[in-house]
Amino acid sequence: MSNTHYVRSEMLSEQEPPAATTGAIGWVRENLFSSAFNSVVTLLALAFIYWLLAQALPWMVSPTWHASSLTECREIIAELGYGGACWGIIRERWLQFMFGFYPKELYWRVVLDFILLFVALAPVLFTHLPRKMLYFSAIYPFLMPWLLWGGTIWNPVMAALGFVIGYLASRHLAPVLGNLAATILAFVLPVIWWIFLSGPVADGIASVLPLAIQSVESRAFGGYMLSITIGVVAIALSLPIGILLALGRQSNLLIVRSLSVGFIEFIRGVPLITLLFVASTLLNIFMPPGTDFDIILRVIIMVTLFASAYMAEVIRGGLAALPRGQYEAADALGLDFWMAQRLIIMPQALKISIPGIVSTFIGVFKDTTLVSIIGLLDPLGLSRAILADAAWNGLVWEIYGFIAVMFFIFCFSMSRYSMYLERKLQTGHR
Amino acid sequence: MKKTVLVGALAVAGLSAGVAGAATLDDVKARGKLNCGANTGLVGFAAPNANGEWEGFDVAFCRAVAAAVLGDPTAVEFIPTTGKTRFTALASGEVDLLARNTTWTFTRDIDLKFEFVGVNYYDGQGFMVPKELGVSSAKELDGATVCIQTGTTTELNLADFFRANNISYEPVPVETDNEAQQQYLAGACDAYTTDASGLAAVRATFEAPGDHILLPEIISKEPLGPLVRHGDNDWGDIVRWTLNALISAEELGITSANIDELSSGTDNPEINRILGTEGSLGEMLGLDAEWAKRAIKAGGNYGELFEKNVGETTPIGLARGLNAQWTNGGLLYSPPFR
Repeated sequence: MSNTHYVRSEMLSEQEPPAATTGAIGWVRENLFSSAFNSVVTLLALAFIYWLLAQALPWMVSPTWHASSLTECREIIAELGYGGACWGIIRERWLQFMFGFYPKELYWRVVLDFILLFVALAPVLFTHLPRKMLYFSAIYPFLMPWLLWGGTIWNPVMAALGFVIGYLASRHLAPVLGNLAATILAFVLPVIWWIFLSGPVADGIASVLPLAIQSVESRAFGGYMLSITIGVVAIALSLPIGILLALGRQSNLLIVRSLSVGFIEFIRGVPLITLLFVASTLLNIFMPPGTDFDIILRVIIMVTLFASAYMAEVIRGGLAALPRGQYEAADALGLDFWMAQRLIIMPQALKISIPGIVSTFIGVFKDTTLVSIIGLLDPLGLSRAILADAAWNGLVWEIYGFIAVMFFIFCFSMSRYSMYLERKLQTGHR
Repeated sequence: MKKTVLVGALAVAGLSAGVAGAATLDDVKARGKLNCGANTGLVGFAAPNANGEWEGFDVAFCRAVAAAVLGDPTAVEFIPTTGKTRFTALASGEVDLLARNTTWTFTRDIDLKFEFVGVNYYDGQGFMVPKELGVSSAKELDGATVCIQTGTTTELNLADFFRANNISYEPVPVETDNEAQQQYLAGACDAYTTDASGLAAVRATFEAPGDHILLPEIISKEPLGPLVRHGDNDWGDIVRWTLNALISAEELGITSANIDELSSGTDNPEINRILGTEGSLGEMLGLDAEWAKRAIKAGGNYGELFEKNVGETTPIGLARGLNAQWTNGGLLYSPPFR
C-alpha cells in the first residue's frame, strides 16, 4: 500500500456546463424530453398542435374579406379548394358590432367616452400616476352618461350636486347636530334633492342657458358599446355598494343588519335572468302609463344590484379573514368606525379579496350577454339579428368566434391586472 | 300583508293597462314615432342591414302604418322582441303594434286579450329532411329526432301531429333558427320542423340545398298577422285597414310606381276612395284623406312588399302560394273600401 496521496493544491477554474444542459437545447432536454414518457407526450402534443394549426390556419386566412354575401364567400372558397372562413360579415358589420345602432356621425362620442374611461381609471389602477388625475376620475361618472346619451349638460351637473350636498352635510352638520344625525342627513338630503329638486332646477337652468348636445335614444345602443356600458357601470357601482352591504351585514344595528342580509340573500337567491325579466316586462306593467323608464337604465340597475350582492359576500370573506386584533388595534387607537374602516380594515380586507372581486367583475361583464334574451341587442343579440340578413344567414363560426375573441380580450386584461395588483400589494404577511 | 300588496299592485296594473289602451293614436301622434315590436331577427321578415336600418316583410308593414299615421315611413322605433317578451311588451304598452310573425290563435286573441287585425302571411308548419334519409312523408318519421324551436306553436303542433298519427319522435329543443340550422346540418336531428317559409329560407342558405327536401305534409295552419291590444278599437281599425289597403292596392293594380298618376283621379271609384280623391274614408279613421296613399307609397302594395322581401327574386325565394290574391287562387281577400 502506497502512501502516495494526490491532493489538489490549487482550485480548478470554473467550467462551462455541458452544452447539452444549457441554452435552447438544454431547456428542451430538461423540460420536454427528460424521460421516455415525457418525450412521447411531447411528440404527441406537437403532432396535435400541428394538426390543429393545419386545420385552423388555412381556414382563418381565407381571402374572403371583401365578400359581400355568403354566396360570394362560397364562390371564393370553392376556387380555393379547401374550407375557409367567410370574413366578409366581419368587415361589413364590425362597426355595428361595436356601436350597435348609434348614429354614425356620433361614433366619436362613444370612442371619446371609452378613451376617457381609461384616463379616469388610470390613477385608480396605477398608484404611481399623479394624484391630481383623481379629480378627473371623480368627474367622469357624470361625464360618461352625458356623452353617451347626450341632452343637456345640466342633468349630470345637478346629479353631481347631490353628492356635493351629501358631502357638505356630513362635513358641516356633524358639529351642530351630532354624528348620527349628520350621517343620516348626508344620505337623506341628496335623495331629496335628486327626487324632488334636481329635475326642475336643471330644466330651469337649461331654459336660460341651454348647453346641450344631440341626444341619443337608449334603443340605439347595441353591440360591445352596450355590454361595456352595462358592465362598467355595474362594476363601478357594485364595489362601493358591496362594501356597504358587507359592513351592514356585520353591523350590530338590528335593522341595518337584517336589511343587508335580506337584500343579499334575496338577490343571490334568484337568477339574474329573472331580475332581467322583471326589469323588462313586470316593471313596465306596474308603472303608471306614460312613464318612460329607460330600459337600459332598468337593466343596469338590476345587474348592479345582482353584482353588489355577490360583491358583498366576497368582501365579507375578506373581512372575516382579518384577525380580530386588527379591529381591536383600531379601537385602541381611538379611531371612529368610518376611520377605522378606511385606514385599517378595508385596505387589508380588500387586498385579500382581490381575486374574488375581479372574478365577480369578470362574471358581471360576461353576464351582460344575458340581456339578449330580453331583446336588447348586445353582441350576442346583434349576431342573431345580423344572421337574419338573407346575405349572411347560415354563418356561425366566424361571428361567434369574433365575439368570443373580443370577450376574451376584455376578460383576460382584467384578470392580468388583478394579478399585477396582487403582486404589487404583496406585503409578505403570509 | 303580502296579499294586499299584490292585490294593490295588480289593481294598479289593471288600471294602467286600461288607461294605456285608451288612445294609442293620440300617444303615437304626440310621440311622433310609432313603437313597433319587431322580431330580433328572422330572415326576410326582420333584420337590420349594414347601416342599422331594419328591413323585411314585417318591418315594411310597420313602416306603412307609420306612413299612414305620421306621414313618415321612417318614424318608427323598432323594438326587438323575443318569443318570450313579445306579448308583455304589447300588453304593457311598450309597443303600439306587434308585427312579429305571430300566429293568430284562439287563446292569444281571447285569453291574452289581443286583437289580431288580419293576416299578412299564411304559413304552415312543415318538415325538412336530408334526401339520404329516404323519407318521403312525415308519417314515415316514426322514432325520428326532430329539431324544434321552443316557446312557439310549432312545438304543440308537432306533439299533436305525432300523437294523431300514433307515431313517436324525440324532440331536440333549440332556441333560435341559427342553432337549429347548425344542429340539423351536424346531424343532431333527422328532421327540422318550423314554418314552411322558414324552412325554405333555411334551405336556401345551405351549401347544397338539393340534398334536402321539404316533406309534402303541412301539419298546421299558421296565419301570421300583426296584432294590437284589446280595448282600443280605433287604433285597431287603423292598423287593420292599413293592411287591407296594401292588399286591395295589389288587387286593384295600385303600385308605388303608378300611385301618383292614379291619385290624380281614375274611373275606378274604389281606387279613388282608397287614394282619398273621393269620399271621406280617412276622416272616418281619424286620419287625413291621403293616409292609404302614403301607406302604399312607403314600400309598395302587398305584392311589391312580398317580392322585395321574401319573393322568388330574393335568396329566400318563396312562392306566393296561399298568399296570392283570391283572384289568383290564394287566400288574400280584403273587404271592400266603401
